[in-house]
Amino acid sequence: MKKLMIGNEAVARGLYEGGIGLVSSYPGTPSTEITEFLATYDDIHSEWAPNEKVAAEVAFGASLGGMRTACAMKHVGLNVAADPLFTLSYTGVTGGMVICVADDPAMHSSQNEQDSRHYAIAAKVPMLEPADSAEALAFSRDAFVLSEQFDTPVLLRMCTRVAHSQSVVELGERVSVETKPYVKNGAKYIMMPGNAKKRHPFVEERTKALAAYAENCPFNRVEMGGTEIGIITSGTCYQYVKEVFGNSVSVLKIGMPYPLPEKLFRDFATSVKKLYVIEELDGIIEAHCQSLGLNVIGKELFSPIGEYSQSSIRAAFGLEAPKSTALDEALPMRPPMMCAGCPHRGIYYTLAKNKVTVIGDIGCYTLGAQPPLSAVDSTLCMGASVSGVHGFNLAQGESAEKKTVAVIGDSTFMHSGMTGLVNIAYNASNSTVIILDNSITGMTGHQQNPTTGYNIKGDPAAKVDLEALCRALGINRVRVVDPYDLAACDVAIKEELAAAEPSVIISRRPCVLLKSVKTAPALHVNEDKCKKCKRCATLGCPAISIKGGKASIDATLCVGCEVCVGLCKFDAIEKGGNAK
Amino acid sequence: MKTTNIMIVGVGGQGSLLASKLLGSLLLDEGYDVKVSEVHGMSQRGGSVVTYVKFGEKVYSPIITEGEADYILSFEKLEAARWASCLKEGGRIIVNTQQIDPMPVLIGNASYPEGVLDALTAKDISVDALDALAIANDAGSAKAVNIVLLARLAKLLDIPYEKWLAAIEKNVKPRFVELNQKAFSISYNK
Repeated sequence: MKKLMIGNEAVARGLYEGGIGLVSSYPGTPSTEITEFLATYDDIHSEWAPNEKVAAEVAFGASLGGMRTACAMKHVGLNVAADPLFTLSYTGVTGGMVICVADDPAMHSSQNEQDSRHYAIAAKVPMLEPADSAEALAFSRDAFVLSEQFDTPVLLRMCTRVAHSQSVVELGERVSVETKPYVKNGAKYIMMPGNAKKRHPFVEERTKALAAYAENCPFNRVEMGGTEIGIITSGTCYQYVKEVFGNSVSVLKIGMPYPLPEKLFRDFATSVKKLYVIEELDGIIEAHCQSLGLNVIGKELFSPIGEYSQSSIRAAFGLEAPKSTALDEALPMRPPMMCAGCPHRGIYYTLAKNKVTVIGDIGCYTLGAQPPLSAVDSTLCMGASVSGVHGFNLAQGESAEKKTVAVIGDSTFMHSGMTGLVNIAYNASNSTVIILDNSITGMTGHQQNPTTGYNIKGDPAAKVDLEALCRALGINRVRVVDPYDLAACDVAIKEELAAAEPSVIISRRPCVLLKSVKTAPALHVNEDKCKKCKRCATLGCPAISIKGGKASIDATLCVGCEVCVGLCKFDAIEKGGNAK
Repeated sequence: MKTTNIMIVGVGGQGSLLASKLLGSLLLDEGYDVKVSEVHGMSQRGGSVVTYVKFGEKVYSPIITEGEADYILSFEKLEAARWASCLKEGGRIIVNTQQIDPMPVLIGNASYPEGVLDALTAKDISVDALDALAIANDAGSAKAVNIVLLARLAKLLDIPYEKWLAAIEKNVKPRFVELNQKAFSISYNK
């Protein structure tokens, strides 16, 4: 059967057809849908783990237990899972293991643009890289066989354009794979020095064997066309190359970017007059060519920054661009923003009003950095708010402790905020942490997490008691506030900043986009009462605009949260639709 | 055979998903190679969003760049202007005349450009502007804006009218089929 699928759904399908028994992941754009689609198959175990390291280790355990298994994460998630990855390379697998990692060139939804292929090289683990959904399905399915054949975890590298583009796939049957019986094998699985020293030579030999395999493997292929120009490319760049050149050039299409073969490259190089490497981000294939002494043109012509496209390749080759027309005037930008009724807004408004320094974190609430609230001072990585505020306060001293907070979401706190909070208590900085508990993992599109009380299937699950957890970690001052109540937020933030010990404020209200949240009727502005002070507009609510100097509320966007009502000194914002 | 390139643009949360889903499914059934591409994540929170739909005998790149789009379907005026440079010479923009103020406009740091569609026409860009929301409401639901805009595109593509109605039936929840088919027919015949 033919079907249109995004790359991530195709990965899920491929893993399914390849006999996967267990998947454990932490959500992260652009990887999230792999696990969401796997969760739709009832004959495998699927779960959201609290972070990528846990996910990879769960997958390791399942592989040790003889089952085909996978985990999925975004590129920065692999940093978190890097610890198990490097030693998994030594242990190898019992059941086949696939680690899906999705890079985000151009940073559509990420804090950096790192190239995951470096991990394959550094950990000495083979990596596959599909260029469309059909390959995503085939590579994911076949990765299990590769994994078991070479006794290694396999990295499957996606990128945003492959992960989120639908293209045509042909569905196949799921192979029937029995879970292997467990046999204790300490030499392979107990990675203490004596054993690990014996496994390292195995890893080196395996890499050689994989490089030999790469010479004729189904993942790499040559498409001979014109011989003036030869292009070595991989992933989505292959599509751009074909779009621009069709069959007028010859292409060496790399589907296994690590390890790379030698003879295949040499033979291709001699079959064309001029050789180019087109790869997004870093010049990894190019470096391989250079190590072979091949004369290639790569990063001198193509940027290591951002995404490529057919037009960027046309431009690099000096080819004519299609004619286009643009307006002369500059258009206002349309940046993403917190939704109308977003529970994060009340906290950020209060923090901005009190001129508090905010060490931020990763999630929807990063949008608090946008004007008009402009309430965030830093965003680094998952969990860095809680650890960071401690270091910041130690550096800046007591005056900073009175006006600095960490802000972190419920899911991010589960991911890696808890350890930072232990550190605050243990190493005794007078820091204040605000947990924005909106009862869901928001930014990645509403995934359950250990604080929500539901698992990936939506079934009831153990629910972390955040207040009890914070106390257990050593924080005595823990209080809960409703972020729709600006007065309560103000009191809580002032009191906890003033307190002479570490404290946690849990700002608790579910994401307004959750189906379970009942919203109120839209509010309206009483024009007679509005004094044009524009105070309500400082909330940065998309439903509030200034029209002819006076405030106006868009009834199609307003969810009646009433945060603005308390802000208006003239009682001009009233309940009950747009009374005109 | 050449590839036909369609862009669907709008504001995150406007719900252009149905349009691309229906289009993709219909084109696949018609025997074309199809790619439908969008970016999820950050862009969904009220930001500018774009979906690329490409079909033909063989489609390579999933994205559409400057001067390549045969058609741009815009759910909002400013977004039509923002993406106009992607339009091919002789291409056509179908645009819903709805105005959604972006944050810089809401907080008074920028103004919404006046007469933005006239400015496009002045540049010899072919614009089909319609109040899709009003037509959708006439048909029975504001949510049919998707189908109203799609109907204007349907007039320009070489796919029979009945196939579109069938695609609606296939891709829309049963209880909304009639309403969407009605919206399609009003907009198509306007």
